[in-house]
Amino acid sequence: MILSGADIVVRTLIEQGCDVVFGYPGGQIIHVYDSLYKYRDELTHVLTAHEQGASHAADGYARTTGKVGVVIATSGPGATNLVTGIATAYLDSVPMVAITGNVLSSHLGSDSFQEIDITGITLPITKHNYVVGCVEELADTIREAFKIASSGRPGPVLIDIPKDIQMAKCDYEPQAPSVPDERRQADDNRIREAAECIATSERPFIYFGGGLISSNAEDELLELADLIDAPLGCSLMGISGIPTDHPRFLGMQGMHGHYASSMAMHRADCIISLGVRFNDRVTGNREKFAKNSKIIHIDVDSSELSKIISPAHAIRGDVKVSLRKLIDNLSPIKHEEWWKTVDSLREEEAKNTDKREGMTPFRIIETLNDYLKPETPIATDVGQHQMWAAQYLNFKSSRKFITSGGLGTMGFGMGAAIGAQMGTGEHAVLVTGDGSFGMTLQELSTAVSYKIPLVIVLLNNGVLGMVRQWQTLFFDKHYSNTILERKTDFVPLIKAFGGEGVRATSIEELKTSLEKAFSYEGPYLIECVIDKDEFVLPMLPPGGAIDDIIVKEDDLRA
Amino acid sequence: MHEFTMAVLVKNKYGVLNRVTSMFRRRRFNIRSLSVSETETDEFSRITVTSFGDDTEKRQLADQLSKLEDVCVVRELTAKDSVGFELLLIKIRNDPENRPAVRDTADSYGAETVDYTRDSVILKLTGSTRRISAFIDLMRDFSILEICRTGVASLERGNTTIRQVKI
Repeated sequence: MILSGADIVVRTLIEQGCDVVFGYPGGQIIHVYDSLYKYRDELTHVLTAHEQGASHAADGYARTTGKVGVVIATSGPGATNLVTGIATAYLDSVPMVAITGNVLSSHLGSDSFQEIDITGITLPITKHNYVVGCVEELADTIREAFKIASSGRPGPVLIDIPKDIQMAKCDYEPQAPSVPDERRQADDNRIREAAECIATSERPFIYFGGGLISSNAEDELLELADLIDAPLGCSLMGISGIPTDHPRFLGMQGMHGHYASSMAMHRADCIISLGVRFNDRVTGNREKFAKNSKIIHIDVDSSELSKIISPAHAIRGDVKVSLRKLIDNLSPIKHEEWWKTVDSLREEEAKNTDKREGMTPFRIIETLNDYLKPETPIATDVGQHQMWAAQYLNFKSSRKFITSGGLGTMGFGMGAAIGAQMGTGEHAVLVTGDGSFGMTLQELSTAVSYKIPLVIVLLNNGVLGMVRQWQTLFFDKHYSNTILERKTDFVPLIKAFGGEGVRATSIEELKTSLEKAFSYEGPYLIECVIDKDEFVLPMLPPGGAIDDIIVKEDDLRA
Repeated sequence: MHEFTMAVLVKNKYGVLNRVTSMFRRRRFNIRSLSVSETETDEFSRITVTSFGDDTEKRQLADQLSKLEDVCVVRELTAKDSVGFELLLIKIRNDPENRPAVRDTADSYGAETVDYTRDSVILKLTGSTRRISAFIDLMRDFSILEICRTGVASLERGNTTIRQVKI
């Protein structure tokens, strides 16, 4: 059938299995918005307050569902407002397709009104991007974009569509949705060598990240752990990959990782690393990282295998199929001695549990845990609250922790929570801080308009806590520009947006508020005032090694 | 640390060179020379890049190139298994005192005079990167006005072609 380019955009999105897109209209994408009106019964468009919010919403949708998230914006500022969202998705390998309008092809390159070279700008933060050259290429370009976004290591793809291409007409025939490339098979010999390394190790440790979740290899992970009797730890991106209370799970690695997890990985003689990229926030001092262990590194992206560390066994392959092969090459093993060590590390960790009562970060998150269902998606922003959430939240199922790990995007949370809610249909939670929340709180209007059931737990300490923590520790308490002398009153603020909110000053009040919040059909904010000098601990100082780990506040104040 | 040459077969599309060089820039690869050319088919262009680093850096360069959607094949061309040449144009001040010495040096390298004026001479030399660098080094005894070199053009020896290689 003969359709306009704009209609082809919308029809191809529907064809690709898209049910909801996030975006914001404008002059150079107006034809696509006319088609969205035409096909509104088949494809829901969520209008956000700002394009950045739309990009984070598409991201949150993709992370929770595993599907490709779609965001649409106009040219110029519309497109540049997507940049932070696209970069966030790129750094965390989230499948996303961003569609931008642009000026007439004949005007490209002449600095026309709202013209920007968005493909140039997004070159380093997309897997690939396109300027569509003619309407005949449009449908196939979108199909290819979906394929690229979801194949191998996922990531964002941008398609820039000049206005004349949206208006031009050509034949369109619907096709079946693009399927991702076949999962990459690992080399059998490499797998056998790795299996031998595991079989002869005495202290194996499994370390997994976001790549494990992207590959849906959660079951294989637990099967391997049981088979070789290994403890498990994860990166920030791996959180929720397995249930937090799983007896083999020691928690997160890295700068603010769990003590037992970090120490166990340090003492292991064989680290089986799955879909991780050894970011500096995990390794600390690279020279001293895991010096006494053999590292097996499995990743679908071979460039990760030689980037930071030199593993003893580098295996390029999809994590799920590689794990399956690895399991087939192994027999059950027991490591009783190793577990004695691991258990003693856990006991040591337990001694440092924050036992204070009242509105401490630990008690707040602990209380929130009681109200979560296994299906509840929880988004965060970036900073101290994010680390507390990562450390203390209890997850029961995968793809429920939605956080900006790689880019560390403050302001990610509101949009991401909206996307996560729409992706799952569940009552969502946002754990945020006053700094991050202040960056994108205009998306409250979106949450109100679309009646998004969302509980916002705002940890308000009146400061930029994470930077303050560094200033306390490393900058002689020079609190340069981290004290927020704001007079924002968050409870009336959310009411002004059309939502509900309350300030909780005790754990009892928090409980009552959570009760109300989870039965409210819209955004419900609970402001929890906490002390400005709460620390995120443990802490591995930047560039430090495992021996430099700070576990207690007493160590700091001494 | 050693020097290496990669042949990169890319889709012959608008902006491909920019994608490749943008990746080099942001990942801070050391690029010694880079040349782009048409190939035997309209479908592909060929980029020849010389860089230096250890084996890990070499692998990173190949891996990061392979990740680009428009890159079809990345192939290392070793000195042993390939032939590689570049072209040099060098403009020297035509100084009467040095004229015989310049001519002698040029002759001994087989460099051709392609422009001759009262004040300047342009010499052309084709050869390996090493030979060209050695020639330039000798020319530093005289007054070099300008240098332009093309970067390496290189092909694998024998009947193997880059399009036969699978990524």
